[in-house]
Formats: sequence, structure tokens, C-alpha cells
Amino acid sequence: MKKVNVLILRVGGTNCDFETEWAFNLVGAFAERVHINQLIKKEKKLSDYQILVIPGGFSYGDDIAAGKVLANEIRMKLWDDIEKFIEAKKVIVGICNGFQVLVKSGILPFNSQQLCTLEWNDSGRFEDRWVYLKVERSVCPFFKDIPEIIKMPVAHAEGKFLPKNENILNKIEKNKQVILRYCDSKGNIKGYPYNPNGSVGSIAGICSQNGLIIGMMPHPERCVLKYYYPDFLRKKEDDIYTPSFKIFKNMIQYFS
Amino acid sequence: MKLKYAREIEILNYDDKKLIELSEKNLLALNLEEMKKIKEYFSSIGRNPTDCELECIAQTWSEHCFHKTFKADIEYQENKKKENICLLKEIMEVTEKLNYDWCISIFKDNAGIIKLNEKSGVAFKVETHNHPSALEPYGGSGTGIGGVIRDILGAGLGAKPILNIDVFCFGELTYPYEKLPEGVLHPRRIFRGVVSGVRDYGNRMGIPTGNGAIIFDNGYLYNCLVYCGTVGIIPIDKIEKKVNDGDYIVLVGGRTGRDGIHGATFSSVSLKEDIPTSVVQIGNPIIEKKVQDVLLSARDMGLYNSITDCGAGGLSSAIGEMGKDIGAIVYLEKVPLKYQGLAPWEIFLSESQERMVLAVNEKNLEKLISLFDSEDVEAVVIGKFVKTGKLTVYYKDEIVCNLDMEFLHRGVPKRKLKGVFKKREEKSFLYKSKNLKRDILKILSNPNISSKEEIVRQYDHEVGGRTILKPFIGYESRGVSDGVVLKPFYDSYEGIIVACGINPFYGEIDPYYMAGCCIEECIRNIVSCGGNPEKIAILDNFCWGNVSDEKQLGSLVRCVKGCKDYALKYKVPFISGKDSLNNYFKWKNGRIISIPPTLLISGIGIIEDIRKITSTDFKKVGNLIFVLGKTYNELGGSQFYRNHNIKDGIVPKPRPEKTLPLMKKLHYGIKSGIIESCHDCSDGGLIVSICEMMIGGNLGCNVDFSNVLSEKEEIEIVLFSESCGRFVIEVPKEKISEFKDLFENEEISQIGEIIENKKLNGFWKGKKIFEISLNEIYDTWRSLKF
Repeated sequence: MKKVNVLILRVGGTNCDFETEWAFNLVGAFAERVHINQLIKKEKKLSDYQILVIPGGFSYGDDIAAGKVLANEIRMKLWDDIEKFIEAKKVIVGICNGFQVLVKSGILPFNSQQLCTLEWNDSGRFEDRWVYLKVERSVCPFFKDIPEIIKMPVAHAEGKFLPKNENILNKIEKNKQVILRYCDSKGNIKGYPYNPNGSVGSIAGICSQNGLIIGMMPHPERCVLKYYYPDFLRKKEDDIYTPSFKIFKNMIQYFS
Repeated sequence: MKLKYAREIEILNYDDKKLIELSEKNLLALNLEEMKKIKEYFSSIGRNPTDCELECIAQTWSEHCFHKTFKADIEYQENKKKENICLLKEIMEVTEKLNYDWCISIFKDNAGIIKLNEKSGVAFKVETHNHPSALEPYGGSGTGIGGVIRDILGAGLGAKPILNIDVFCFGELTYPYEKLPEGVLHPRRIFRGVVSGVRDYGNRMGIPTGNGAIIFDNGYLYNCLVYCGTVGIIPIDKIEKKVNDGDYIVLVGGRTGRDGIHGATFSSVSLKEDIPTSVVQIGNPIIEKKVQDVLLSARDMGLYNSITDCGAGGLSSAIGEMGKDIGAIVYLEKVPLKYQGLAPWEIFLSESQERMVLAVNEKNLEKLISLFDSEDVEAVVIGKFVKTGKLTVYYKDEIVCNLDMEFLHRGVPKRKLKGVFKKREEKSFLYKSKNLKRDILKILSNPNISSKEEIVRQYDHEVGGRTILKPFIGYESRGVSDGVVLKPFYDSYEGIIVACGINPFYGEIDPYYMAGCCIEECIRNIVSCGGNPEKIAILDNFCWGNVSDEKQLGSLVRCVKGCKDYALKYKVPFISGKDSLNNYFKWKNGRIISIPPTLLISGIGIIEDIRKITSTDFKKVGNLIFVLGKTYNELGGSQFYRNHNIKDGIVPKPRPEKTLPLMKKLHYGIKSGIIESCHDCSDGGLIVSICEMMIGGNLGCNVDFSNVLSEKEEIEIVLFSESCGRFVIEVPKEKISEFKDLFENEEISQIGEIIENKKLNGFWKGKKIFEISLNEIYDTWRSLKF
């Protein structure tokens, strides 16, 4: 079987590209780190890939606002290719800074002008912590057979999900576009630190209306094996692969 | 000589007084002997130096770059005994004597490199950025971490940074503002700026910050200490580097501005009220990140022959160092500038950040430049290495510097110094606690012991996908780790463990034992996570006060002797090190205040399998608690005594002959799964270790403290003594016989059991002496707001 081609987009300040590449390769994809200049100069073609990933980091230093400069660059310099990619029902994944880019370019939630933002954390600073996530029954196909409550790390300064108004929030909810919500170990919605940034509706990740474009603040690529869990020494689980591994696997299987 | 761009500096006709004035006025930080040597050189070539030449010599000869004190002949007197000693030789002798084949590049490159496996090495370097951080905390600390990352990028042909560590020493955050002299920033301001600076630079570089320490003491009010370290991985076949005759000098990365001029010399003198802040560099992490990305591709494609970073002394230092055995010609007008108006000497000396210098063969030049260009990084040819034996620098058509490499690098007169150490008598003394519970909680809430979560959470611990044992572990990530465990390669379970040891409070009693304690603490932390005591390398970072004072220098010598003796006894080689001297403040009235003598030992251990480690959190109800090692009446410098303002007491003495064999067994016990949790005993004593293990496990315990093997049966000694060589461990009942076989004939004591009830029940000979709930422990430990 031909491997699924994954393009991991990098720019100045991207810094989760290597582990994201590894995570996709581990589930059987062919992942490649590609610099944005290679796409702009047409040295690489986006149409050769099935999955586009915008990984975590500080694209262009997060100057102006997190992800904003790269969002504009995508709109101004790569839009034709991206539009075709979306039309072809291919998959786009934005993790952390990538989520910020997808939201600020308007690709999420409805591929329109920007309707949501990821604002500064309520704590006013960068924080790295592990969170519990409630996996919602959404239109996204990549969370099939994932346990209802999972754990992942977040590490960001600007992660507070904020829709422009109530109507937009309602529409996202009604369309089942919320994929992940911050919660406690039992799945209850709670305040800080369970909701690490003050996100509206405790939203940690959303998807597009067809479920194929996803954006999330937590980092699944940082915990594809159980050894990355901060309490792995407390548990004697046989399966070394985690729900995060399974999420990546589901993305690949979507193309089979 | 008629000069258009440079300036001639008169020295040929200067007498001693004028020479010294010149040095002071221009912040050259050179003494009379050195100034006379310079005069002699220029007399021999029959002309005055230019500004550029004089500045270049001053930077190259600075304490910061040349380590004159560590290379000096020191006449050292301890009590009545006199000897001559060279500090650098003492340290290097350890590594030479141990002669491990896995130490592959030691004391010659930007960082020490040890072997990880057949294909890869690990590079480790720790730097200080004290003076800049005291003046401009955010910029100073940010460029501190930026600088040490570049050291790793410039180690061998370039290592990939995978971990940062930070250790800070500040004055107490509650110090009254009115008492500070003019020009000194309040410790809280310094603290906030330093943490933000390190956070913003490290996080943006995509390098996890995984280990560190923070110490608060008013000895650091005027001079804070900021240690930054970076670990990198490098293919074994990319370690050798060589500059060839005819190689182009290529400058890559950031542009050059007027920031950071005189950084190297400024950091070699005392702080006082009127230092210009232009000595502090301005950092931009995204430029450095872009340099890193493309540089490592260029390395793998073999596009350059040698590399070094532009740090202290800027281009002058980088090119001077690389061309030391050949010679170099530089064209300063080709250097890309941030803005116009820099004098040639400023371009040559500027310590602007994010710049690296490469030696590139003509055949690779075009390819290299276009590779850098493809990722929007500037790369410019600024000269050539040529076999002239001279450092020749042009600005347009004018020669602004023309010095013999031999004079520049080997001309500095060797210093002859004197050091005296008088041993303070250690008085055995025991202070009896009036209320044990209150004393325990007071220790837990002390800033030096309490949780630093609020700070540490601001650093990304796991970017890169390599961090296995993180700073926060256990139940709801509440516990703290002794060290950080990384899995450097995605496709292998091999691991490295990094930890540190620091305790300036012992140094005030005796720097010799401080050295031993710091070395042991560092090793203990590594072994406690699952490290192999036979596969650990260490780094030394000395921060001292005014070493022109014989007593201060004497205490430094005493500390170095401790480093040598104990490193040999624990069989750990030094692979790199750095000294930052002259950390003192000069009041207007001439009063001089030096920092407490401070040694940081950082260590790196190699393990075969990251799955066979352990953490500090208690794991399971019913498991038994043991203490490995014996407790002594060693409360000198302890947190308990400091809380009660007691200056007496015996300082902890390392006992390598007992501890090293014990640690080998412990390593086996963790590897084979007999031991389920392990925490070393250090600051605050046994009681702090137990409390932290409870927090991490969200479990209680019953402990009979009279069962702890102790020199004296006294509860204060058992709870609060900071004796070396001890670990608290957890063993499941079903593994007890295996455990006892393993530790037969060792000094161990069974002290209690883990219980469901979330309380610490303290007993003495079967009788309950205190009870503290886990909630109270946890809340007290986290009570400090930064």
C-alpha cells in the first residue's frame, strides 16, 4: 500500500516539526518537513500530499499575535493551493501554533474571514501543564475508538479560545465542531487549572464543518508512547501506544 | 600614521600612571603589567596601537575570555602550609587521571563532549551571565541562554540543542527597597526579569527547560547569579573541526549593532553605580532558531570545515580564536550592520547576538550561501583565513588592526597571585526544637525549599518530544523530580539524565566540603532517577567575589582542591567548566561586597533504557519505606539552622568510600524494579524528602524516626541534618528479601510504611510525636507567591 504523504510546514520559529514528523512516521505515514519558501517557490507541491500539518512553535516569533503573520502569509502567498487542498477533501491539522494559524486565517471554523481567536491565557503567561481532555462526539472522524477522557500536555501563552460572539459559538456547538474540551479526571468541566487558559466553553480543539480540518491547543505528538506520561511509573499498562498515537493512526486510516 | 577610520592611541610615551588611567578610562580591565607588555610590543614594532588593536587585545586577554586567575601561578597558604598551585591544572588532572574512553572532547572546544553510543555524542556546557542580568535582567538572562545555545551549536561542527537548564541566585524577595544603594535593582525586579528572559528565549528556541534550581540569599543582593546550560547531541563524525589555509570567513545570522560592546571586559570587573547598559546585548531568539535550523543542514551536507560562535569579544574573539594557528584577513565594511555609524573597532568588538562564524572552502561557498538564503538567513563572506600568522583587519582601504597572532594569544603575562585560607573551626552544636511541627512547616515554606511550580511551569519542559522524566511528575503532576531524563533519539530507548548540585551555605563554613557536597548531590540526583554512577560526567561553574583579595582567592583555591579530591574519589570526570570572578559590588564610599562563594556542579549521566528509571513519588499503599545511608550530626549550614539564625555546627562531609558502593547497588535496585520510588536527601534534610514523596504520590505514611540509623539519637539530627550519602526509597513487601540481599552489610534502615490516610504520622520509639496532614504539607510547600 502506498504511504500517506504528510507535509509538515515549517517557517522561522517552528519548533515541534521533528516530533510531529516522528509521530506520523510511527503510524505508517511518509512525513516530510517542508520550509514555506519551498512551497512559495514551487520547489514542492502541496497537491503531492494528503495531510498538511502546521505544527507547534512560535512562527515568526508570534510577533503581532500568535500565528498571525503565518496566517497572513498563507492567505497572501499560498491561498490557491490551500483552497484546492480543502476542496479535494484532504486533511489539515493545526497543533498549538498551528491551531492559532488556522483560526487567525479564518480556515477554522467555517473557512471564512476570522471569526474566532486564541487570546492570551487568563494567567497572562506561558504555561506548560498536563490536562485532561473530554473527547466530544463531533463530526471529526479522527477520534473514533478513543477513550472518553484522555491526557495531553499544553504549552502556550495564547490559547484561550474566544469566538467573536454567542452566535458563532452556538453554531460551532450545534454543528458538532468541538472535538476536545478541558475537564477534570472524571470528565467534569472545571475552572483553572483544569481549563488552563480560560477558554470559552472549555474548548481545547475544534474542526471544520466536514471534520477534516482540525485545530487543537494540546500536543498529541508529545505523548504517542506511554513513557511520555508524567505518571507512567505509577501505572503498569501493557500497551505502550497511547490515545494520541491512535489519533494519528486514524488520520492515516482515513485515506485507506 | 594618518588614519581615516581608526584612531591612534598614544601609549609609547606613557608612564605607568598614564597606562593605568588609559585602561580604566576605556574599560579595558587590564593591569599595569599587561599594559606594559602591550607598550613593549608596540615599541618593538615602532608605532602606537589603533583603538581597534587595543580593544582587541583587551577582550582577548580579559578574565572572561582568558581565565587569567585559573591559569595563574598561585602561592597558596592554608593554615601554616604553603604550596604553589594552578587551578586549571588541578581540574584537568581529574579527567586525565580517570582517563575514560567515553570522554571524547574535553576542555578544548566550546563544550565538553562525551560518547552516547557508537554513532553519537552529547555536548554539555554551562555558562553564567551575571553582570548583564544585574543591569538589565530580561535582556541579560535571555542572551545568557542564547549564548550557551550558540556554544552548543559551535561545539564540534555543531550539536543539536535538546535541553536547557537554569540555576539562579537572588537576594531575598522581601528585602526593603529603601536599603538598596542607588543603581541596584530590587531582587524581585531582577527575579521577574530573569525568569521572563530565560522563558522567552528558551521557549522560542524550541528547547525544553528541564532542570535547575533557585537560591535566595541576601549575599546576592548586589550581584545576582544566572547560570544557563545547554545539552546537545552530535554525530561522532562531526566532532573534528579544522580551519584550512584559504578558507573563507563567513558570518551568518544576526546583524551587528552597538549592543554588547565591552561585554567581556565589563564582566571582568566589579559592578558599580554607573556602568552603561550598552554593555548588555539585545537578543532575538527567532533569528537564532533560523540559524540553528539551516546550520545543522549545512553541517550534514559537509559545507564548512570549522565553526565558532560570536560570544564575548564578538568577531575579534571568534576570528582571533579560529585563526590562531594560521592568520586571518578581515574586511569590516562587509559586515551587515543593524544601522550605520559604527566605528571599525565597534564592528569588530560588538557582541550582538545570534551570529556564528564559519570557515568555508571555496568549492562549497556558493552552495552554503544559497542554502542559508533559502531559509532567509544572512550569510556573508567577511574575509579569509590566510597563513600570515597575523590578524589583519581592514575597513575599506585602511588597515585598522594588524597584530601577531602569537602575541595576541600567547603574549598575556602569567599572573602571580596569592591566596590564603584560614579554616574556621566547626563547632559541634545541637539546637533543640521547641515545636517540631512548626519547624517542619517553616522549612517547607522557605523559598529555598518550597515549590517553584509557579516559575517552572512558564518553561516548556517537553518541546522536542524527548522529555521522559519531567520536572513535575506523579499524581496530577504534583511531585518534583531529582533530575530530568531525556530520550535523545526517537527510535531508541537510550537515555540521558541531567541534574545539578549547589549549596553556597556550606561554602561559608568550608568551600572544600561544599565542593564535595555539590559533586555528591549532583551524582545522587542522577542516580536517584535511575542513573548509573559509573557513567556520569560533571561540569564546574565557579562564581566568586573579589579575587584580588587574598582571602577570597584562598577560598576559591580551597574549593578547587575539594573539587579535585572528591571528583577523583567519586570517579567522575570534569568535561567542561567556567569561572565567573569579580562578582562584587563597590559602594561609593569604597566598601566592597562580594557574593557568597558559589559552586554549581552540573552532571550528565548516560543510561541504556529510559524504561528502567524511577521517580520520587510514593507509589502504593503498603509499600515499605527505607533510608539508605547513615545520618550524622551535620546541621551546619542547614535550612533548620538558618531558620534559627545559627551559624555554628558541622558542615556535611561526603563519604565516597561508603556512598559510591551504595549508589552502585541502588542503581541495580532501580534497574531491576526492586525499588519503586527514590528521592535523595539534601536541602532541608530527610523530612523534606519524605514530604515531597507524599505530595507526589498523594499518599500518607507512618514513620518511626528513631529507626533512622543516626550518629546520635536526636530527633533534630534525624529530621533536619543534611548529611550526604542518603536516599529515601520505597520497596514493595513482596520484594523485601531481594532488597535485603542486595543491600546486605550496607547502612540501611527500615523506617515506615505508606498508608492510605493522607497524613504524615511521626513516631519516636513507638510513640507519636507529631501528625501533619498531607493537605497542610502541600499547601505550606506551595504557599510562597513569587
